[in-house]
Amino acid sequence: MSGQDDSSLVRSYVITGGRAKPSRADIDVITLIKATPSNEPLHRLNREKRSIVELCRGGALMTVAEAAGYLNLSVALTKVLVADLVDEQLITTRTSPTSTPATDRTLLEEVLNGLRARL
Amino acid sequence: MGSAPVSKQPIYLADTVQVATKILVAGHFGVGKTTYVGTLSEIDPLRTEEVMTASSVGYDDLVGLPDKKTTTVAMDFGRLTLSPRLVLYLFGAPGQERFRRLWQDLAYGALGALVLADTRNLAESFPVFDRVEEFGLPYGVAVNHFAGGRRFDEAEVRDALDLHQDTPLVTCDARDPQSSTIALIRLVEHLHERAVHQESFR
Ligand SMILES: Nc1nc2c(ncn2[C@@H]2O[C@H](COP(=O)(O)OP(=O)(O)O)[C@@H](O)[C@H]2O)c(=O)[nH]1
Ligand SMILES: [Mg+2]
Repeated sequence: MSGQDDSSLVRSYVITGGRAKPSRADIDVITLIKATPSNEPLHRLNREKRSIVELCRGGALMTVAEAAGYLNLSVALTKVLVADLVDEQLITTRTSPTSTPATDRTLLEEVLNGLRARL
Repeated sequence: MGSAPVSKQPIYLADTVQVATKILVAGHFGVGKTTYVGTLSEIDPLRTEEVMTASSVGYDDLVGLPDKKTTTVAMDFGRLTLSPRLVLYLFGAPGQERFRRLWQDLAYGALGALVLADTRNLAESFPVFDRVEEFGLPYGVAVNHFAGGRRFDEAEVRDALDLHQDTPLVTCDARDPQSSTIALIRLVEHLHERAVHQESFR
């Protein structure tokens, strides 16, 4: 816990234009993202959105949470920004989790095999 | 205009990765969540500061409207590439009530939760179990051994935590990769058994 930081709160409020909810429901913390291959200039984007696109350029694949971690943004804020960037076709998503992965036997077997191989 | 600074050199995923999945590592303050995630993660764990209100309710609170009473919590997470197409993320999740909104984000689509508990004070874990159950996450329990902690008698711990007989319960040293991996395996074995069981009733 690191106490209160009102300036960063005001900042995130401004970055999202006062919105707290992503424009799309399909962006999760582990949604895989990459930048769309495009040379479109990014100067019209705010600093945070631009840095997300730059981080994910050149086919570089990561999750929403990792982008937040590398850019020192909150995950909640990054979800909002990534949703916008998907709407603007600057970011594409690969997969998002389904709501019920715990019933996905094949996935669980794959996870188990991967974990056992680490022992 | 520059971009927001990148805090450390990003380590991207292989382009072969098709599926990302996640498990919550839940527990009260000081129980070993950060240590556990750091022990298992293949990358330096990443940390974000998430905004929480003292009272906690709607989505607004999460991004943080400036006029509300808010506080931040550090959330750390790591990743394990399990096959060329599959990567697992571990998210450290604090148990307190006011972090409910963060839990909602983390719990959606999660395979389950590993609850870390500490024999020096099992009661501190109660709110964590409340959260896990509130979000319907299947879970396993890993009891850490701290110096000065009582040696753990499995039946006693089960009883104190009111665990179902099927709930996996293991001893774990969050600093040790082997025992930390085993705790995760026991959890996923349990999830798998549940899935098989549920399938047979479909
Ligand atoms: N003896 C022992 N100490 C541990 C274990 N896990 C964590 N610690 C120590 O407990 C302290 C708190 O751990 P931390 O991971 O920061 O807890 P968190 O608040 O849940 O993230 C640190 O000093 C760790 O080194 C464990 O399994 N055994
Ligand atoms: Mg911690």
